[in-house]
Amino acid sequence: MTSLTENLDLLTPEFALAGLAFLVFAVDLFLPEGKKGYLAWISIAGLIALILVSLVMLWDEDETLYDGLLAVDAFALFFKVFFMGIGVFIILSSVDFVERRLKHQGEFYGLLLFSILGMNVMAQSRELLTAYIALELLSFSLYVLAAYAKDTAASNESALKYIIVGAVSSAILLYGVSMVYSTIGVTKFEAIAVGLELSTEVSPALWVGVGLILVGLMFKVSAVPFHMWAPDVYEGAPYPVTAYLAIGSKAAAFALMLRLVGEGFVPATERWEQWQVVFAVLATVTMLVGNLVALAQKNLKRLLAYSSIGHAGFLLAGITAMSFDSPLPSNGVMFYLVGYSITNLVVFAAIISFFNMTGKEMIADLGGLADHQPFLAACLAMGLFSLAGLPIFAGFTMKFYLFTAVASEGYLWLAAVAIFASLISLYYYLQILRQVYIEPTPTENGVAMIEAHPDLTKPPSLSLLAVLAFGAGAIIWLGIYPKPLIDAIEAASRALLN
Amino acid sequence: MNDFDQIAILLLIIVPLAGSLAMMFMPGNEAKETWYFAIFISGLSLILALIVFAGYDYDQGGFQYLSSYEWLPGPLDIKLSLGIDGISAPMVLLNGIVLFGGVLISQTITHRPRDFFVLLFALAAGVNGVFVARDLFFLFFFYELAVLPMYLLIGVWGSSTDFGTFLRTKEYGAMKLLLFLVAGSILVWIGILALYVESSNIGSGTYSLEGLARLSETGAFDSEFQTWVFPLFMLGFGVLAGLWPFHTWSPDGHVAAPTAVSMLHAGVLMKLGAYGIIRVGMFLLPEGADNWMPVLITLGTINVLYGAVSAMSQNDLKYIIGYSSVSHMGYVLMGIATLDNIGVGGAVLQMFSHGIMTALMFLLVGAIYERTHTRDISVLNGLASRMGVNSFFFAIAGLASLGLPGLSGFIAEFMVFTGAFRTYLPLAILAVIGAALTAIYILRLLARTFMGEPDEQWADLTDASPVEMSVGAAFVGILIFVGVWPDPLLRVINVGVSTIPGV
Repeated sequence: MTSLTENLDLLTPEFALAGLAFLVFAVDLFLPEGKKGYLAWISIAGLIALILVSLVMLWDEDETLYDGLLAVDAFALFFKVFFMGIGVFIILSSVDFVERRLKHQGEFYGLLLFSILGMNVMAQSRELLTAYIALELLSFSLYVLAAYAKDTAASNESALKYIIVGAVSSAILLYGVSMVYSTIGVTKFEAIAVGLELSTEVSPALWVGVGLILVGLMFKVSAVPFHMWAPDVYEGAPYPVTAYLAIGSKAAAFALMLRLVGEGFVPATERWEQWQVVFAVLATVTMLVGNLVALAQKNLKRLLAYSSIGHAGFLLAGITAMSFDSPLPSNGVMFYLVGYSITNLVVFAAIISFFNMTGKEMIADLGGLADHQPFLAACLAMGLFSLAGLPIFAGFTMKFYLFTAVASEGYLWLAAVAIFASLISLYYYLQILRQVYIEPTPTENGVAMIEAHPDLTKPPSLSLLAVLAFGAGAIIWLGIYPKPLIDAIEAASRALLN
Repeated sequence: MNDFDQIAILLLIIVPLAGSLAMMFMPGNEAKETWYFAIFISGLSLILALIVFAGYDYDQGGFQYLSSYEWLPGPLDIKLSLGIDGISAPMVLLNGIVLFGGVLISQTITHRPRDFFVLLFALAAGVNGVFVARDLFFLFFFYELAVLPMYLLIGVWGSSTDFGTFLRTKEYGAMKLLLFLVAGSILVWIGILALYVESSNIGSGTYSLEGLARLSETGAFDSEFQTWVFPLFMLGFGVLAGLWPFHTWSPDGHVAAPTAVSMLHAGVLMKLGAYGIIRVGMFLLPEGADNWMPVLITLGTINVLYGAVSAMSQNDLKYIIGYSSVSHMGYVLMGIATLDNIGVGGAVLQMFSHGIMTALMFLLVGAIYERTHTRDISVLNGLASRMGVNSFFFAIAGLASLGLPGLSGFIAEFMVFTGAFRTYLPLAILAVIGAALTAIYILRLLARTFMGEPDEQWADLTDASPVEMSVGAAFVGILIFVGVWPDPLLRVINVGVSTIPGV
C-alpha cells in the first residue's frame, strides 16, 4: 500500500475550490449589504483561475491517489473543466436573480461552489463509497439551494420533496453498496468488474446490490420510473437553481455513471450484456415518457423538466451501447452532455432574463417576445432548435454522433426509438417558439403585458447577455465544427476504457 | 481552373449561409436596404449556379468539381465532400433561378424583413448543400437545414385561409408541414444509420456516398438488407416529394406560405425528396429499388390522379396549384420508378420544368392576391382585361403544366410516359388520363379567373409591377426555351442518369 500523502499535490484544484468556497463564506461576513454582489465575481474569478490551473497542472496526467480511490486522468480533467465552466455560467445567470429575489447571497455562491467540488470528485472517484460521499456533498448543497427562496411556499415544497426523495435514493444506493461489498468484498470499480466476471455462479445478492446502486443513480439522473420528483422540484426551485439541477447535477450523475459502467461493468463482458438489457429498457421508457408528458405542460419549468428527462433517456441509450472495443458510445455520451448543457444554458438564460423582467413563467406569457426582445427570442429559438436536434446547431451533431454510436453497437432499434422521441420533442419546442414569434403579446387584466412590465423593453443585464452570446456562439460552433471538442473527448474516453 | 472549381462548389453553400449570418447583424427594420442586400446575395448564388452548370463537362461525365475537407476523422470518418453530377447540376441551377426570382419579388415583405431573409437564405444554403453533398452526414445535415426554417417562414409571414365553415390557420399549415417533413426525415435518418452499421459490419463504417456505392457494387449489401432499408428512403424522402398518402402537408403548407417561400418550397424543396430517392436509394440500394418500384409507381400514379381530382374541386387558387404540384410530383415519382433511362431522365427534367412552372404560378397568384386580397376563383373573374401580362404568363404556365408541346412540361411528361409505357403499361395509361384531368382543372382555373366579364370591384386593378413582369418573363422564357430546345439540359441529365446502377 502506497503512502496516503503520495501525489497529494494533484488534488490542488479541489483543495483550492474548497478554500474558495470558505473564502466566499468568510468575505460574506464582512461585506455590507448592497455590496454582496462582489461575491459572485470572486467566485467567477476563482473558478476561471482554477480551470486554468487544472488545465496547466493536470494536462496529460494519469495518476491515482489514495491507493486507487481517486483518479487524476484525462476523463477527470475533462469533466472538472466542464463542471467549473458550467459553474461560471450558472453564476453569471444568477447574479441578477439572486440580487433581486433572494436573501443571503454569500451562502448561495458558497453552496454552489461546494456542489461543484462534489461534482468534480464524482468524476474522479473510482470507488463506491468515495463516489457516494461526493454525491452527497453535491446533493446536500442542492437541497439547500432548492429551498433558497424561503419566503415562497413553492420553494419550500420543492426542497422538501427533493430532500425526501434524495435521501431515499441515497439510502437505496448505500444499501446496494453494502450488498455488493458483502458478496464480493470490494468496492473499487475495477475490482467489481473482476468480481462480476469471476463469479461463475452469480449470487442473487450481487445482482440485487448492483441493481440497487443503479436505482440510486437513476433517481439522480431522473430516469423513468424514478423521475417523479423532477418536475415538482424544478418548478418550485429558484430559477437559476432549476437551471443548475437540469444541467450540472445531471451531468455529474452521468459522469459518475460513465466511470462506474466503463470501469466496473463493461470489462465483465458477459455480465454487462445482461445488464445492457436493463439499461436499454430504462432508456426506452425514459425517452418516450419524458417527451410524451412534456407535450401536455403549460409551465416553462415543468416543460423543461420533462424535456430534461427525455434527454436523460437519450444519454442512457448511449450508456447502454458502451462496450469494451469501441469508444464511440462513451464519446457520444460526453459530446451529448456538453452540447446539451450549453444548449440548455442558453435556453435557461433566455428564460431567466424573461423572468427577471416580468416574473412570469408560463409558456403563454412569452407571446410577442420577438417584438420586444429580438435578441432574446433569437437565442431562445437557437437553443430550442438545438434541443430538438436540428442543424446548424450543436443538437444535430451531438444527436447524430450519439445515435450513430448506439446503432453501431447493435442497437439500431434503440437509435430508432430515440430518433422518434426527438420528433415528439420537436412539437413542444415549437409550441414555445410559436408563442415567441407568432402569437401577439398577451394582456394581463386588460393591460398589455408590455405596459404592465416596462422592463420588457429594456435589454437583459450584461451578465445574462454574456451567457447568451457565448452560449449561442458555442452551439453554432459545436454544430458546424465539433472536432476540437471531440479530440478532447476522445482522450477522456481512452482514459476511461483502457 | 482547378482551384476555382473547388471553391465554386463550396461557395454555392457558403454564399447563402454567410449571407444569412451576415444579415443577422444588419439593422432590423430597413426594408429597402435588406432587400437590396438579399438581391445581391441571391444574384451571386445564381451566377455561381450558372457558372457551375455551364462548366459541367458532359463528355467527361460523373462527379465533377470535386472537393473534400476533413471534418471528423476517426471511427465516424465524416468528410465534407462535395461534387456535382448530371442529376444535381440542373437542380443547382433551378435553385439559383427560383431563389433569385423569389427574392426579387419579396420587396413587399415589410414585417421583420431581416429575419425573413435570414431564414430564406438558410433554407437556400440547405438546398444547395443537399444537391452537392457526397457524404450522407452532410446530405442529411443540409436536408434538415432546408426543412427547419419553414416553420417560422410560414408561421410568421404566411397567411390563413378562411373556408367559411372553418379556418385553416398559418400556424396549422406550418406545424403540419414541419411535423410531416421531420417525420419523413426520421425514416431517412434510420436508413442512414442502417447503412453505416452495415458498412461497419463489413469493414470500417463510412458515410461517404462513394465508399457506400463501392460496397454496394461488390455486393456487400445483401438483398434482404436492401429490401428493408430502401423503403425507409423511399417513404422518408417521398414525404418531401409529396408522395401519396403523405402529401397532405403540401397543399396546406404551400397555401399558408408567403409567395417567395411557396415558390422555393414547391419549386425546389419538393425536388429534394425525389433527388434523395435517386441519390441515396437508387445509387446505394439498386436491388431494393428494383423490388420496391412497383409500389412506388403505383403510388406515383395515385399521386397524379388524386392530385388532379383534388385540384379540380378546389376554389382557392393556391390550393389548385398546391394540388397540381402533388399531381406533377407524381410524374416525377413515376419516372423514377420506371428504372428506364428515358423515364428517369424525364423525371429529372420534370423536376426542373415543374420547379420553374410552379414557382411562376405561385408568383402570379401572389401578385393577384396582393391586389385583390382574395384567391377565390368564384369571386375573381375577367382579370385578363385588367392584368393582361399577368394573365398571359399564367396561361403559359398553365399550358406548360398540362403538357402543351413547345413548352417544357410536354417533353418531360412525354419522356416519363415513354418510360412507363415500356415498363408498366396499365399505369402509364392511367397517368395519361391524369394529364387529361390536368387540362380540365387548368382550363377551369384560367376560364374562371381570367376570362369572362370583369367584375366592377376589380376595375382599379393594376397589372404586374415591372419587377414581377421581368421575373415572370424570365421564367416564361425558360419554359419555352426548354420546350423548344431541351438538348443542353437533357444532355447533362442523361450523363447523370446513365450512371445510376440498375437503370
